[in-house]
Amino acid sequence: MSTLTSHTAQANDSIGDRGLMARLHQWTVTVDHKRLGIMYVGSGLLFFVIAGIQATLMRLQLIAPVNDFLTPDTFNRLFTMHGTTMVFLVGMPVLLGFGNYLVPLMIGARDMAFPRLNAFGFWLFIFGGLLLYYSYIGSAGLYGAGSTPDAGWFMYAPLTSRTFSRGNATDYWILGIMVSGFGSMTTAVNLVATIFSMRCPGMTLMRMPLLVWMMIVVAVLILAVMPVLTAAQVMLLFDRSMGAHFFDPQHDGSALLWQHLFWFFGHPEVYILILPAFGFISEIVPVFSRKVIFGYPLMVAATVAICFISLGVWAHHMFVAGLSPFLNALFAASTFLISVPTGIKIFNWLGTMWGGRIRFDVPMLFATGFLSLFIFGGLTGIMLAVVPFDWQLSDSYFVVGHFHYVLIGGTLFGIFGAIFYWFPKAFGKKLDERLGKWTFWIFLIGFTLTFFPMHISGMLGMPRRIYTYQPDRGWELWNLISTIGVPLQILGVLILVWNILRTLVRGKPCGDDPWDAWTLEWATSSPPPEWNFHEIPVCTSRRPLWDLKHPDDPDEHYE
Amino acid sequence: MLLGALLVLLGALPVVLPGAQAADAAAPGASRVTTSSVDSTPAARAVSDPARKPLPVICAPGLAPNPDAGDARGVRGPRDLRDMRDMRDMRDMRDNTTSPGMLDRPPSSGAGVTAIFGADSPPSESIRQLAWLVLGICAGIFMIVEGLLIVAVIRFRRRRQAAQAAQEHEPTQLYGSNPIELAWTIVPLLIVFVLGLVTIRTIREVQLTEPPEGSLRVQVIGHQWWWEYRFPDELGDGREVVTANELVVPVGRPVWLELESADVVHSWWVPRLAGKTDCIPARTNVTWFQARRAGLYLGQCAEYCGTQHANMLLRVTAVPPDDFRAWLEHQATPAVVDAGVDEGQRLFAALACLNCHAIDGVSAGMFGPNLSHLASRETIGSGIVPLTRANLRAWIADPQKLKIGCNMPSLKLDDRQLDLLTDYLMTLR
Repeated sequence: MSTLTSHTAQANDSIGDRGLMARLHQWTVTVDHKRLGIMYVGSGLLFFVIAGIQATLMRLQLIAPVNDFLTPDTFNRLFTMHGTTMVFLVGMPVLLGFGNYLVPLMIGARDMAFPRLNAFGFWLFIFGGLLLYYSYIGSAGLYGAGSTPDAGWFMYAPLTSRTFSRGNATDYWILGIMVSGFGSMTTAVNLVATIFSMRCPGMTLMRMPLLVWMMIVVAVLILAVMPVLTAAQVMLLFDRSMGAHFFDPQHDGSALLWQHLFWFFGHPEVYILILPAFGFISEIVPVFSRKVIFGYPLMVAATVAICFISLGVWAHHMFVAGLSPFLNALFAASTFLISVPTGIKIFNWLGTMWGGRIRFDVPMLFATGFLSLFIFGGLTGIMLAVVPFDWQLSDSYFVVGHFHYVLIGGTLFGIFGAIFYWFPKAFGKKLDERLGKWTFWIFLIGFTLTFFPMHISGMLGMPRRIYTYQPDRGWELWNLISTIGVPLQILGVLILVWNILRTLVRGKPCGDDPWDAWTLEWATSSPPPEWNFHEIPVCTSRRPLWDLKHPDDPDEHYE
Repeated sequence: MLLGALLVLLGALPVVLPGAQAADAAAPGASRVTTSSVDSTPAARAVSDPARKPLPVICAPGLAPNPDAGDARGVRGPRDLRDMRDMRDMRDMRDNTTSPGMLDRPPSSGAGVTAIFGADSPPSESIRQLAWLVLGICAGIFMIVEGLLIVAVIRFRRRRQAAQAAQEHEPTQLYGSNPIELAWTIVPLLIVFVLGLVTIRTIREVQLTEPPEGSLRVQVIGHQWWWEYRFPDELGDGREVVTANELVVPVGRPVWLELESADVVHSWWVPRLAGKTDCIPARTNVTWFQARRAGLYLGQCAEYCGTQHANMLLRVTAVPPDDFRAWLEHQATPAVVDAGVDEGQRLFAALACLNCHAIDGVSAGMFGPNLSHLASRETIGSGIVPLTRANLRAWIADPQKLKIGCNMPSLKLDDRQLDLLTDYLMTLR
């Protein structure tokens, strides 16, 4: 195992100190999966700040009934851009960025299979994001460009037709998301090729870290559903600019067709957004519990099961669209079914913690927060699968509460945990633990204040996507509490940003393997050299570094 | 998370539980309303009936102290024209929550008026029953799993002294256990199987494909941003009643709704009567309800439909069957136009109003709400403000002030024209 020795000295390779422009140029032309990964996460976090500002403005508008802080159109644009940004420009790039950074390191490869394609995908994402946001500027500069899209991130037909969506706002949405979608697809192709053909000797499929399993399932899902969205967008583009009638009910088009196509993409998309977070948790929980993951084969099976079942649940977004009772029952059944593998995962994480010696460093704090919030979000998801209950809850604030528990309490807590866990890997320095704990608790409290009351206002009959609401329906208090939680979340994120900047400038080197971890990415130096490993490592078990650290009791006997 | 659980127990339940509304029932609906300055103008007084009777309880029917008592008249809606005029007096009884730039609001009915657990009709009652079961099961699972997590966190966290001692030793590595993993695969499977069965049973109970026996057929057409209601065959003599935004139905009789849309997707949602169903263009969806008690049921559009989605409010008034019959007959007859408002009527017909609005015997526009009996309604602007002379005049003067982005333009009328039009429209009872 001499191949696993560290090579810190060579890590700072070719940059030197040749001035800012030279460095910028280096980053711009790079095809290094690690730099691309960092840029993905960094630009995703920039978009996260923008989407956060949009959310803050909306919560300010909703702080009281009949508020006139924002005009209705402004509000509608804000929630459209907030949703679109969070899904396509925050969730996808940040998670794919982590995949980009970690997958080659975890499987002992020197880079992704197609480094140039990798860079191409990243710049497509950036260009798509900028194109979408250009709609903010385009409206003032060009007559008829429209302002930003305002038909919701789901863009239901026929609200997107020329009749109801004038100007070019909707076209910006179509093209921006289509372009960044191509970026996601290239990354997915790359991940599949990398994972299937670049694994180091000994790294069988059933020895891959669970995060790598999650990423391959995510890549397969992207390849299965992203083209469907793109196709639907092309059809919509035809409708809008070439007189086609795919979604135009006045000419025998079908408004429901768009819903089917969109949600065929849209529901697997939420698994694309949560599975990598499952991967982060599956890496963090064992290391900080000091125990091997409980039931690895079942975890893999559950992941693959989620992949397949998630392709058959989309119409649970359409229970109120008047489908037949048979279809409603069918999609309820498939949705119930998908909760089983998800439940298995939660139990296996608990099983991993059970009997361990849990270190509550910041990554583990976020992982525990993830578990606690995701259990809640998962259960409200089961409630929404109960079709008749959904007839009341669908499109109400209950749904808003539900998916923020899953995508913020789940995905974002996973991302925060991952940032704290792998920051030392990428920069050789540990983020400040004390500041990290402040971030965790403040953000957790703010999150709960904001999103828990939404379940109640939803059950009290408050629909979502309304720019204002009537007084005296019992919604005021819950909306007020929701808004009060926002400054706390902002504070938590500001502390995190400060923490990152401070550590980058003043942090002390923390060694190659600060968490005493077991997977291959910690076998090289932190940060790794451009070529990752001087010699391609040989994998001996699911935990190669455990074997190295405990030669008396290696893992391979237990597989 | 604990905070969240605590909130559920302490905060949420009293509000969402149906029983908890009993506390509100004691307070008469009128106690919470005050007179607003906007309508205290002489002009507004002039059109209101001087002999004002106490307002019938139009707050949520669920709040009525003794709903099943023999005489339902205390809690019902309009019976005849005279009563309707009384009902319009609500215009002076509105809550005091107003905001700058907006006129006064329609009478509201207090917390819980749109709560899904305040069910008052078979579909929503079936859903409520199922919802309690599902909530119970989920709460049970939540407490067990979250409890396990808390135990794991407390019991297995690393202690500082022990950490030193155990520096060299990792805890026992447990790679998995087939029986345990099998257990937590099969038990959830059984739970969701049960959930699936009760779900299917309730779907069959609630989602009817044929109208129930003896039901009232109503066509609901969603428009940006108002509701059109048609009673195509209820009168039985070929006359069709068309009205807007305020649906009047008989108590205790099933109402079969055929939901359509004139433009984009909307969703009809009155939580205490039924779950929501989308109104999709070029498609007819159906739903039904059966109001158990007389009174006003509130809701609003639940599918995002553009600029004023938030102000596409729903009002359903359930009245005794005889009253409903009378109301329907009245709606089918052209309104009697007072002699003094001829000029206003001519103005209506001469201006662009008639392009969009229908008034029996005057115009046949289809793009806006039917105004034949406008003055028999309680609100304007799809429920956003009470129908008073002042509000109506302000609305005609510039609808964009009350409902930014709505499809009705300001016709830039002068004061005299506004007065004439308003006076005319206020006579369309």
